[in-house]
This record gives sequence, structure tokens and C-alpha cells, in this order.
Amino acid sequence: MKNEIKGAREKREFVLSVISLLLMAALVAMAQFDLLPIVGKYEKQVLNLCAIYTILGLSMNLVNGFTGLFSLGQAGFMAIGAYTTSLLIMAPETKDRVFYLEPIHPFVGALQAPFWVALLLSGLLAAVVAFFIGFPVLRLRGDYLAIATLGFAEIIRIIFLNTQTVTNGSMGIKAIPPTANLFWCFGAAALMVLFMLRLIHSTYGRAFKAIRDDEIAAEAMGINLFRHKMYAFILSAFMAGVGGGLMASVVSAITPNLFRFTLAYDILLIVVLGGMGSITGTVVAAFVITIAKEWLRWLDAGFTAGPLKVPEIPGLRMVVFSVLLMCIILFYRQGFFGSKEFSWKGLAALPKNLGIKIRRLFSRDKKEAA
Amino acid sequence: MQPVLRTEHVTMRFGGVMAVGDLNIELFPHEIVAIIGPNGAGKTTAFNLITGVYVPTEGKVFFAPGGEGGKLVDITGKKADAITRMGMARTFQNIRLFKSQTVYENILIGQHLHVKAGLFASVSGIARKEEQEMRRRADELLELLGLSRVRDELCTSLPYGLQRRLEIARALATNPTLLLLDEPAAGMNPQETVELTAFIHDVKEQFNLTVLMIEHHMDLVMDISDRIYVLDFGQTIAAGTPAEIQNNDRVIEAYLGGNTDA
Ligand SMILES: Nc1ncnc2c1ncn2[C@@H]1O[C@H](COP(=O)(O)OP(=O)(O)O)[C@@H](O)[C@H]1O
Ligand SMILES: [Mg+2]
Repeated sequence: MKNEIKGAREKREFVLSVISLLLMAALVAMAQFDLLPIVGKYEKQVLNLCAIYTILGLSMNLVNGFTGLFSLGQAGFMAIGAYTTSLLIMAPETKDRVFYLEPIHPFVGALQAPFWVALLLSGLLAAVVAFFIGFPVLRLRGDYLAIATLGFAEIIRIIFLNTQTVTNGSMGIKAIPPTANLFWCFGAAALMVLFMLRLIHSTYGRAFKAIRDDEIAAEAMGINLFRHKMYAFILSAFMAGVGGGLMASVVSAITPNLFRFTLAYDILLIVVLGGMGSITGTVVAAFVITIAKEWLRWLDAGFTAGPLKVPEIPGLRMVVFSVLLMCIILFYRQGFFGSKEFSWKGLAALPKNLGIKIRRLFSRDKKEAA
Repeated sequence: MQPVLRTEHVTMRFGGVMAVGDLNIELFPHEIVAIIGPNGAGKTTAFNLITGVYVPTEGKVFFAPGGEGGKLVDITGKKADAITRMGMARTFQNIRLFKSQTVYENILIGQHLHVKAGLFASVSGIARKEEQEMRRRADELLELLGLSRVRDELCTSLPYGLQRRLEIARALATNPTLLLLDEPAAGMNPQETVELTAFIHDVKEQFNLTVLMIEHHMDLVMDISDRIYVLDFGQTIAAGTPAEIQNNDRVIEAYLGGNTDA
């Protein structure tokens, strides 16, 4: 009896999810074919970034949220992906034109591959590099791991800055073909979400969470800590590599400076706001943050608020976001979802729960005042 | 008869403190052996040395992976997870469950070490059979240990006694031949302790185990142990059957003279 009710509820969740996913897919398709009047060229670009940040957020959540490792090396793996994809999808003539200061290495110049192969190789190359970085750094704990991964990301950036004949150094690569459209970005993001959902509910996903909850107990259960951390680290790097590849094609020009370690904080903001250890949370937060970041561009441009005149301050936007990150960490540590996942039942109960929360807030105030 | 576990002159120093000195214990198949001693005597450290959490400063640990009749192999310096995979499982003095997981998931994690499928086989669903088998075994284990009722509860929401029981169940999920229990009755009332005594005894019979147990509740220890080792300040001050230990002068002195935290 009880099981029947549970089965029916699960079925309803499933049906609602499938319907809404189909709806979203239809909307994405319509947007791509310019059938939605509100989605122009600029909006498409923002949506592309939303999908890419979903991938990057998942990549970081796998390591930080699910496996409990404090790793901040995302930017390095993205750079590897971005350069790999760019160099593989550009026509040899275009590359010759872009590398005008010092000619491109003939081997790299001749390389070419279809977009999907380029993305796959981007992920794989990032994964291989993660494998080698993993040996020294995954033996470190907590803050030390964060510092070491940040360091490696910087090393990768510096290498790219100095390998002129492969990366064009500080001038970066321009005229990257805009192959990545909404289909590519949302398609890749959907695949990554699906993979993450399956991974987290597999026995390996459970092992990751066991390591996050208690390393000593996990080891006592016969789980090889190093090997499982390595799995998570490599998969995460693969995702970041693919995300970087898509990003390169969407923004069409990249330089090593695009991949400074601060990029990791942008992604961290998404993961923390969505909820460490929540896949759906990351998806929602990736959209919220990316759209908000675009929308808040007026902050940088200078504005007048009544008597207050704010001059043009580039970077004010990022100050706002840093403050936001601090506030989340101080007051809203669970983020949108905590470590739970989105459910329709939860959505239906949201107004009621919010009401309870607000009432509790007020009653507490009264008590303190009394 | 061949022992399944033997420590030879095992010693552990933390800086100047000798937590365990010259520990020589032997366990034979199907025994329940207890380690007793005042707080700080080095009992938990001894467990950590046997299970690979610490590497002894001196001495060697031998273990028979196959259980009864297995050949003793040197496991000194081996990692904890490797030792668990050889068939030695443990519980902790301060319960260490996977706190964000349900009872069921805790048991499933205990079985992860036996998984043959690789990550991609597991994620893609190629290894669905193995996953189903794991789930079936987890349910079976919960049923057997009387935890089915709380299967889908968050493990931290269980009452204390059940958490202890779950930790034992999780250790059993690894399929051990030797089970180490660190103060399984700590924090339990007399009624719960009696139940636990029966539980440990049943588990040992059903799963064909050898048990090494640290315990303070003397009733429990005297009731189910075949043999007892007594530690004080890291030194083994006595060893023998419960009757021998009860009449041992040094033991009485250590327990009455020192601080009796039992
Ligand atoms: N990791 C450690 N570092 C330093 N000293 C330790 C460590 N673990 C245990 N000790 C010391 O070793 C001694 C024995 O501790 P322990 O084995 O926990 O005792 P018991 O379990 O018998 O109560 C104590 O003096 C304790 O302070
Ligand atoms: Mg102890």
C-alpha cells in the first residue's frame, strides 16, 4: 500500500519532469531558429553562457560538493579545453592570419577536426592533465589542496602565455568559428546533467559522498581514497575542458588572461548558491547568476540613483558579486537546494514552507524583543 | 590451530608518549576476544595499528585473509582500505556513519569494495545486474539485523543504540572474517547492553566471524569473551580467560588503583 503511493508519486515526478524538459527543448529549438521574438542575438549569447556555466558548475560541484575536495583549479582545465577546441576548429588559413607576430607551429597549424571531436579531445586532454596533477595534489587535504590546485591553474595559464607558436601568447586567439549554438551548448549541458545524475546514484557516486562525509570511515569500508578522488578529479576536469571548448567558440576570442584563477570564484558562487551537492541547484544557480551578471552591467557603466551619481566604475559588478558570495556563505550556506535535488512536490510545498519560514523569522524577532 | 591475527612486539609512540608498547596478541578462528583497560590505556590505538590507520613504530601485524585455515600474511604498513578488502572490518568508538546518507545507503557503501564494474559500466547501466545484487544483499542484511523498519531514514536520525547497530551492519556489509568493535556498548543502558551482547553473539555465529572487541561493560565482557587482554599505560598487564582475569591481582590493582572510567 505504502509502496503503491510512493510509486505513484515517483511516476508523477517523472512525468512532470519529462514534460517540462520537452517544453524546454522546444523553447531552445525555437530560440535557435529565431522563432521567439524576445530572444535576439544578445539573448542567445547569454543563454549559451548559462548552459556553459551549468557545465562548469557541475564540474566543480562533483569535486567540491559531492566528493568534499576543496579544489579551485577549474580555470586551468577550461583553458586547456578552450585552446584545444579553438586550434582544432579554425581553418589553417585563419590560424596563419591570427598568428601574425610569430608563425604557428606547422603541426598545430595543420590540425583540424569537427566540432564534436574537438570538444571531446578538449575534455580528454584536460582529463589527462588532471591525472598528472592529481598525483601530487590529491594527497593534500583541505586548504592545501585549494592552494595547490590554484597554483597549477596559474602554471597552465603561464605556460599558455609563453608558448607563442602554439597559443599566440598574450595576444590570444581571435576569429574562432562560432560553431557553438544553443543546440551545442544546451545539448552538452543536458548530457552532463544526465551523466551527473547517473553517476551520483551509482555505487561510485555513493563512494564519493562517503569520502565527503568521513574519510576515515570511507577508508575503513575498503574504499581507496586516492583512486576515488582521482576519478572525481578527472571527470571534473573533463567537464571543465568541454565547457572551456564551448566557451571559446561562443566568445570567439580568447587570451590566457581570460583564464585567471578568479574564474574559479565565479563558478564557486554558482555551486554555493545552488547548493553544494545538488545537481539541479547548480543548474538553477548557473542561470540565475549568469543572467544577473549580464543584467547588472549597468552597474559598471555608471548610473544615477536619485541624488546619488555613481561614475563609471569597471568591475563594480564583480564587487557586488563578491559581496553576494560572502553573504551566501555567512547567512545562506545551504544555497537554493542544500544537498537535495529539485522535486515537483517540493515546488508545490514552496509557498507553504516559505510562509512557515517567514512566520518563524517574525516570531523569533518578537521573542528577542521581549 | 592457526591464528587469524597475530601482532608481534607492536609498539606505537606519539612523540614521547608510548601509547602501545610491545603488544603481542593472537586471535584464533571463531573466538570472541576482549581488550579491556582504563581510559588512555592504548586500546583504540591498538585497533588503529591492526587496521592500518597507524603504522607501528616497531613490530609487525599478521593477518590471515581467508579467515579460518588461511595463511598469515604480513600486513604491517598496508593501507586501511587494503586491509578491509582482505576481510577485516571495524567500528569506531565515536560512531562514524556517513551522516548525509540513509541507513540503506550506508550499507550499500559498505559493499562498494566488492564492486567489479568500472565507473563507466556502473554509470551507463551495463552493470545493472551487479547494482541490483548489491541492493538485494543490503535489504537482506537489514532484514537480518532488524534494521528494515528504518531502511530509508537518515542514519543520524536513528536513536543511539540503532546507530551502533547500523555501524556493525555496515562493517558486516564488507564481508569480513574478522570484526573489530571499539566500545560497542558505550553510552548504552543495562537493558540495551544485554540486547547488544546477544546481538554480537548472534552476528558472530551467523556470519562465521572472529571478533576482537574493546569494552568497558564488565558484564558484557565476562559474558561473551573467550579470552581477555588487559592493557594499562600501553602495556599488556594480563591475558587469559574471564575467570583468570577476574582473579588477577594486577588487573584488580589497575582497575581499583587507577581511574576506573568503566
Ligand atoms: N593520534 C595521536 N596523537 C598523539 N597521541 C595519541 C594519539 N592517539 C592516541 N594518543 C595517546 O595515546 C594514548 C592511548 O590512547 P587510546 O588508544 O585512545 O586509549 P584508549 O582507547 O585505551 O582509551 C593516550 O595517552 C592518547 O592521548
Ligand atoms: Mg578508546
